[in-house]
Parts: sequence; C-alpha cells; structure tokens
Amino acid sequence: MKDLNVLMVGVGGQGVIMASDAMSEIGMNNGYDVKKSDTLGMAQRGGSVVSHVRWGEHVFSPMIKSGDVDFLVAFEQLESARWAPYLKPGGVALVADVVVVPVSVIGGTTPYPSWDEAKEILAQYADRTYLIPATRIGLEVGNPRALNMVMLGSLSAFLKLEVEAWTEDIRLRLPPKFVESSIEAFLRGADEAKAMIHAKEIKK
Amino acid sequence: MENIAQMDGVYAEWSTNEKVALEVGMGASYAGVRTLVSMKHVGLNVAADPLFGVSTTGICGGLVIVSCDDPGEHSSQGEQDNRHYARIAKVPMLEPTDSQDAYDLMEWAFNISEEFDTPVLLRSTTRISHCKTVVDVNKERKANLRQPSFTRSPQKYVMVPSYARVRRHAMEERIIKLQAFMEDFPLNNMLLADRKLGVISDGVAYQYAREVFRDASHLKLTTIYPIPANLVRRFAQEVEMVIVVEELDPYLEDEVRRLGIAVTGSEFIPIIGELNPEIVEDGAIRAGILPASPKPLPSAGSPVPQLPQRPPLLCAGCPHIATEFALRRLGFYNPNLADELPLERKILAQLKKSGLIVTSDIGCYTLGAYAPLLALDTCACMGASIGQALGLEKAGVPNKIVAVIGDSTFMHSGVTGLIDVVYNQGSTTVIILDNETTAMTGHQGHPGTGISAKGTKTQAVKLEALVAGIGVNDVNVVDAFDLALIESTISRCVETDEPSVIIVRGPCPLHVKTSGTPFTVDSEKCNSCYACLRIGCPAIFVSEDKAQIDAVLCVGCSCGICAQACSQEAISESKI
Repeated sequence: MKDLNVLMVGVGGQGVIMASDAMSEIGMNNGYDVKKSDTLGMAQRGGSVVSHVRWGEHVFSPMIKSGDVDFLVAFEQLESARWAPYLKPGGVALVADVVVVPVSVIGGTTPYPSWDEAKEILAQYADRTYLIPATRIGLEVGNPRALNMVMLGSLSAFLKLEVEAWTEDIRLRLPPKFVESSIEAFLRGADEAKAMIHAKEIKK
Repeated sequence: MENIAQMDGVYAEWSTNEKVALEVGMGASYAGVRTLVSMKHVGLNVAADPLFGVSTTGICGGLVIVSCDDPGEHSSQGEQDNRHYARIAKVPMLEPTDSQDAYDLMEWAFNISEEFDTPVLLRSTTRISHCKTVVDVNKERKANLRQPSFTRSPQKYVMVPSYARVRRHAMEERIIKLQAFMEDFPLNNMLLADRKLGVISDGVAYQYAREVFRDASHLKLTTIYPIPANLVRRFAQEVEMVIVVEELDPYLEDEVRRLGIAVTGSEFIPIIGELNPEIVEDGAIRAGILPASPKPLPSAGSPVPQLPQRPPLLCAGCPHIATEFALRRLGFYNPNLADELPLERKILAQLKKSGLIVTSDIGCYTLGAYAPLLALDTCACMGASIGQALGLEKAGVPNKIVAVIGDSTFMHSGVTGLIDVVYNQGSTTVIILDNETTAMTGHQGHPGTGISAKGTKTQAVKLEALVAGIGVNDVNVVDAFDLALIESTISRCVETDEPSVIIVRGPCPLHVKTSGTPFTVDSEKCNSCYACLRIGCPAIFVSEDKAQIDAVLCVGCSCGICAQACSQEAISESKI
C-alpha cells in the first residue's frame, strides 16, 4: 500500500475543508489508515486554509513534513506558490485558475504574483504543474461554488480508485440540490486533468 | 458538542462562561450523574476557581473536564501549557495522542474520576482536536448510568475551613493512590527497539517522534499527572540516552529529571509554538541525535519570499465593519502605526491626537485590529475591554475611551465589568456589537439568542433590559449598517459624564444568510481614493486602479457600507 500525502490549500470559504474531509473518508473506506489536519486561522472567511491529508499503511503524524507532499492541490494561485516548498521531488501541483487578491496587496506593499511568477516558484519544487480551468467548469455546470469538486476530480485522475469511490462519498456529503452539479463538476475536473496528463505525455 | 446535544437522555448546554459551565458540572456530578465539561485552554483560566473547588470536594458522578491547548496560537490570545493545571489543582490528567486514544481515554477518565473521587482533566491540543483519524468504536461500551440523587454530606460538599482542611489530606492521599494506579495504565506504551535512543513523548508530539525517530525506542505517556515514575525509570534503564519530545513547556522533561534521570529535549526542541515533524527533525539533527539528511533539500520548507500575506478578514456583509470603520475614523493618531504602514501615513495623519482610545475584546471584531481597519487599541481576554476602559479613565488619560465587546462576550464576562463602571461612576461608553450569535466559533447560541444547545427556544436575555437594569441610563440601539448613525451616536455618548451603552445590532451574514442585489462601482465616478477599501470588505478589490466589487461575495443592499464610505457616490446597487 503506497503512502500518499496531499496538501490542500486555499482561502477560507472555498470549500477546502469539505474536500479534504471527503478525501480522508474515501481513503479510509478504501482500506487506508488516514489522518487529516486543518489549519484555519481565526476567520471563517478570507484567511489562508491548509489541510493535510495522509493515506498509508500506518500514518503517524497528522501533519505532512515539508518536502514530503505528493500532490499540492491549490484552490487559489497565490496559495499554490506559498505552499510549493512542501512538495517532494517528483511531486505534482494542481492549481485552480482562481485569483483571490488579499487585502495586504491592496495596502500596496507586496504585489500579487502573476501566474508566470507563481509558475516559476512552483517549477522550483514541482515535477509537473497543471492549471485547472476551474472557473470555467464551475460556470458550465451552473455551480460556481463547486470549485472543491473540480479540484477533487482533477486529483482523482492521478489516483487508482474507481470513480464511484469518489462520487458516492460526494453524494452523501452534500444537500440533494447540489449533488448533480457537484458530481458533474467532479467528473469535468477529472476529464480535464486526464486530458492534460495525456497531452504532457505526448510532449515527452 | 452539537452532536452530543442531540442525543436522547443527555442534557447539554452552552453555558454563559467556563466558570459557570464547571459549576453546573459540579452540581450535576454531586447529583451522581456523569458529567463532561469542555473548554479551550484559556477557558480553564476562567474556570480555575471551581476547578480547585471541585478538586477539594471531590465528586459523586464521574466528572471529566476536556480542555484544549492551542500551541502556536492559531486562534487564541495566548499560549499556555495546561498540563501545569493538573499539578497545581491536584487533579489527574490524561492526554490522547490521536482520535483513538481520545475515544479510549474517555472511558478511563470517567472510571478514574469515580474510583478516586476526583475530577479528571483530559488535555488536548489543536493537532489532536483539529484532526481526524480512524477510530475503532467499541459497540459494547456501556455507560455507567445512575439515577440522580443528592446525598447530604457537609464534610464533603461544604468547604468551610474546618471541613476543607480534612479534604486537603484526602487530596494528597488520592494523588499517592493515583501514582500507583498510573504505573500499570494500559494506554501508556513502552516500545523497545534500537536501545541507543529512548524517546518519551505525549500528545501529538508522540506521532512526530514516531515519524522522525523511526528506529528508536519509545515511551508513549497518556498519563500526564501523576506520571508513572517506575515505568519511566524502567524505560530509562533500557536505553542509552533519553530525550523528551513535547509541545510547549518542558513539563515531562522536568518530571523525568526529577526522577534523577539524565534527559534532554528542550535544548533542541522549541518551547514556543506548535511542533511539526520537520521542527523535531531539524532539532534532532542540530543536536547530533540524528544524522544530517543524506539528500538535503536546502529550499524545502523555507518560506517563499515576497509573497503577500493573507491575514484573516471580516466577511462581506459583516455587521461589525461599519462600527470598526467609524472607530478608525474617530480613533487617535498613533505615529507607530504610520511607520508600520507607510502607504497609509497620509490618511492616518488626519487622525487627531485627542481621538478615541478603543479597548477591545475577544471575537470576530478583534480582526479590526489589523489593516486596513486598525481600529482597536487593546485585546487581552474575554470581558477585559470594559474594565480596561474604566482603568484608563480613572488613571486620567485625556482621551475619551470606548470599550468594544460582542454580544456573547458581554454575556460571558462583560456584564460584571459594566456593573463595576456603574458602581464606580465611570463614564465609559460600551459598544456591544450584537450579531445575535457566537460567530467566530461557529454560530453557537448564547443567552441573548434565546436558542438552547438542543436548538429549542428558551427565554432570551435582552441586552437593553439587562444594561438598563444595571443602571445605565443612556442606552442606544442602532442599526449595524448605518455608518452615519453609528458615528454620531459614538461621538455623542463619549462626551457625556455617565456610563453609556450602544448596542449595534445586525445579523452575521454567515448565520442568517442575507442576499441582495450586489453593489457595483461606477468606474467613471471612482476617483481611486480607495476609501471603500479601508472598510476591509473582502468583496472589494482594485482592478486597473479602480475599485471593483465581487458580485458573488457582496451581500448587497442589506449592507451597503462601502456606498456610505464613498465620497464620490460611485457605489450603488447594480442594475442587472
């Protein structure tokens, strides 16, 4: 059983915690020992949110050691750059094309990095970086808040679990009126990532 | 707690504060039923008085106090190591290393409480409580349910000095018996592997120790007080070198050293802040206990330079924003602040030296201390704002002073401060930010909401009636989204010579879902003064030098503070 370390990062209100909760339960239901730990800070909204999810034969620390992350799943571009050093050599970054400008930028002292700048930071640590068109998918499925589902979907493309393992957990987790659009968002995220993986392989 | 509250046959309440909670717990325990009381680390400070009290009387039904420390102060005003409370209050303490331990220890905690006639402290930390791990549930586990009854026993329950002196002896005898009991406690675990290094650890630090010192011998301690001295001695004899890995104070290290065992730990593991595996590993490498990493990752873990920080914010539509913004405008000039925020120097320079001093309290509104609001001058512990305001006034500072406190914090411990103001003839203005819930911790009920922990309707304690009953004559209730009225009311109240209360009322947008047509900025009219940005609303941002509003985040006409802050009338309800 291969150990898996996933760091999910984003901004309060983006649904990071629900995604990492789902990720943990799915791991447990598929025979892994699982630990997950969240860092939320003080606010319900707007601050940095970090979730550590670990699957393995026997997991000790609920926190992933810096330099041990297999997948960095970033719901926001600036946060992807911030947490890039946690990636291990060969690690993969999945980044939503979402920008949430923090107020500190409005104060004018430090500029928000462009995607090129963020990508440059990611390239120092990540083996591969994928920019997931989560905004478009959210609009197309008619549920802009399903960002977390898109990102879970894109992550699922890298892991060897049946698609039902994911969708069944999502189904039980959400109020009925959001289930269909959320699963649609998940599947679109998975398809998008699979297409990108394929494209990168051809390039090689 | 919200899950437990729904269980049949379980009485659960949100208590007004931690002291009351533990006193309710004492009463229930005296009635013979099992009782759990939970709070965060600083909550135990509030409940310290009854903790010592119930330690002295002992219990009848099992009484367990769960208290969670916050190493690293993720969401706290202070860092403290509550393991010390066990020793000073002479109460046994258990500590889990993961969710399974937490589940298993709870049964032990109640049994120990009843067997040894003592309350039991169960200590957690952020990384145990804010963590999910797989738990095997014992479906056979039975609760020890008793019919409630109270047996008169003044020598046990009435702590007049003559009876309390007798109980003091019982407390010390109890600790001696517990020491023997903890020696064989099954959830302490000695794991002997490589004998060169023996690691003693507790809590989540045990998990880090297992991860970092993979081949070493380990002693996991779940009994924090009293510690099993003989077990520790035996472990120390089995290994060549003993280290302790623990978060915060060198509590276990001191205990081990007291046994005459050579031990290190705090020399290379920081006593401030939260640990994680790399901190433990780095410390061990520096101390020469672990070899340097064979394939060094020089850049791993180092913060990426020059990335903007993302401090937490009040939410779009938050009913605290207008008051904080008004206080910033009425606040006094602070040259230090201007040095810290060079870009804000011009704006801050407009503030008067005679402006308001704002004492503050614990809640979402404390975020108003950060840029861009910069509205607050103090924050220490729950309820302190009002006493601090009176103290500043009595000391004779020339500035006018207002205290800012939330509705649930006012109920928690603000009301006693206000009684002190009235009694001692202060002229403090107290602003109660009434968002009709306990927002920061997840929208729990409180006495003002009239909703119980079970979700049923109860008698609401009305703030207006409460403060009037104390003897405050100048009581004002204003709309949380009326910036001009808030500002004028504060300006009027601080000029009077009597105590005044301003209840600023408006619902938390995350609690009562408010939605209206979002506002929009007319970029023709926007002169890029960024006054709207200074309210600190996360929905407002700058694009091509002009302010813009995120239509998804904006709650619209139910708030509208940005439009009131704009001098160009550039912000209005969007027309789509």
